[in-house]
Amino acid sequence: MSSMQFGIFSVSDITTDPTTGKTPTENDRIKAATAMALKAEEVGLDVFAIGEHHNPPFFSSSPTTTLAYIAAQTEKLILSTATTLITTNDPVKIAEDYAMLQHLSDGRMDLTLGRGNTGPVYPWFGYDIRDGISLAVDHYALLRELWDKEVVNWTGKHRSPLTGFTSTPAPLDGIAPFVWHGSIRSPQIAEQAAYYGDGFLHNNIFWNPEHTAQMIQLYRKRFAHYGHGEPEQAIVGLGGQAFMAETEAEAKKLFRPYFDKAPVYGNGPSLEDFSTLTPLTVGTPEMVIERTLGFQKWAGDYQRQMFLMDHAGLPLEMVLDQIEMLGKEVVPVLRQEFDRMRAPGVPDAPTHAARVEAKQAESTRAGEQQVRDDVDTGAAISRQNGE
Amino acid sequence: MPHYSLAVIAAGLSEPSSTRMLADRLAEGTAKALESKGHTVTVKVVELREFAADIANVMVTQVETDAVKQAVADVTGADGIIAVSPTFTMSYSGLFKSFIDIIDNDALVNIPVLLGATGGSIRHSMVLDTAMRPLFAYLKGHVIPTGVYAASEDWGNDSGLQSRVDRAGAELADTMILMPHQRKSDPFDPTGSDFESFETLLGS
Repeated sequence: MSSMQFGIFSVSDITTDPTTGKTPTENDRIKAATAMALKAEEVGLDVFAIGEHHNPPFFSSSPTTTLAYIAAQTEKLILSTATTLITTNDPVKIAEDYAMLQHLSDGRMDLTLGRGNTGPVYPWFGYDIRDGISLAVDHYALLRELWDKEVVNWTGKHRSPLTGFTSTPAPLDGIAPFVWHGSIRSPQIAEQAAYYGDGFLHNNIFWNPEHTAQMIQLYRKRFAHYGHGEPEQAIVGLGGQAFMAETEAEAKKLFRPYFDKAPVYGNGPSLEDFSTLTPLTVGTPEMVIERTLGFQKWAGDYQRQMFLMDHAGLPLEMVLDQIEMLGKEVVPVLRQEFDRMRAPGVPDAPTHAARVEAKQAESTRAGEQQVRDDVDTGAAISRQNGE
Repeated sequence: MPHYSLAVIAAGLSEPSSTRMLADRLAEGTAKALESKGHTVTVKVVELREFAADIANVMVTQVETDAVKQAVADVTGADGIIAVSPTFTMSYSGLFKSFIDIIDNDALVNIPVLLGATGGSIRHSMVLDTAMRPLFAYLKGHVIPTGVYAASEDWGNDSGLQSRVDRAGAELADTMILMPHQRKSDPFDPTGSDFESFETLLGS
């Protein structure tokens, strides 16, 4: 693994293929997610991430189930989310589910937290979208305690209180899963990521560089403010979107029918305008390389680059071809060129192994074992009972 | 003497339009009133028809073109706003409302606003107070008491349009001077007064 991680993420939409009129079934798309992840590992990508939605036309309601299934069939791939809803999920369930995934995948996972912008999802889970920021702040503060402390006593604003609760399983090797905070336009979430020294991922696929740079610069500045290092040492991830063919004309010809009817931006700006206003690149692998390398100019040296490849009704075979081109033709050049540009002192992309090593080195320096030991639940209960 | 910026929203559909004619007159009246008190003023006209399709695209895809970004910045950053719409089907035009809809709900708070409307006959003049005023009340702009409606006949007869324009312009100028737009600080600037630090967020 190089200093940067490259991967794909799926928003898990079920969309009719506008060129054939065929709509994949939920089962087709659920199986396709695994096929894409296996392809990603085969062609040397580092990360596969999938979203969490609770309404049609999306199929992915339970990302940890999907990711654990993929983990069982892969060896190197890091499994992540795009995103995990910190607002409407019970933080206790997040702590448990993702710690389970962490153990099953031997640490090959992390997660990206998001608030979710589908209004009705909040009341379906007993919340109110107007509390979005407050829920994200409160629930994450609890999630951190659940992973970092053996026994948690908690009173917050939204979830019912906890007394003497121990989340099981404890994080693998006493190291909690790495957390990215995802936000498009809320400075409060960049601030949250900075406060905890966590990663910040801006899924900029609908946004211009000026806006994205503003969010990242705030996160970097505040990361340093809260004492986690220099601004350049903050952990940044970006989104991206590409469709490739041997020539630009061919790529546009193949992708345009999907673009024109795409669920989010279809029936809006032209493919050409959208390609100027956002990171979308429809063309040759060389064009994707050049565009992506350009992100570093306004984002600084960063750690993770994710691409959206499987939406808008694109058939699985076409998506797998795209992933192959990304892994074989684009990413090897990106790794080399990003490494060449990288300033000294910029941290590598986070992995479980590296974080265990760093924690052990820190503990050795401090002369004591600081990592949370794998908790034996029985022992924890005994301790709490004063036995 | 302070310098003022004035944003003029003109939602007319034709070129030239009577809506733009009224908007220009109101801008001129306001500028004159400010200048007569020794102030300087910059007028920025936001002619919605020039980027009508971009506005629709923002609504359905959230993608903003430079024209949209500039227009929103001109309006939300102004010391005073003149908003003029043609009257369609008992209300402001859909284009006018669409533009207002892509502006953040709290971006016009405390900005002095002068309302203007145009229509085929004076029978529609209530649009100022039944449609436009409630809209800006919701957005918490400082809407001045006088609104100016111009029907087709106002462009021919001596109907007192100019005196209404002058009075409205003077009211807007006075409001801009007496109740200056309290700008919110940049939400991305940690030193700004409106920045929410994480300690604040945790405590809130």
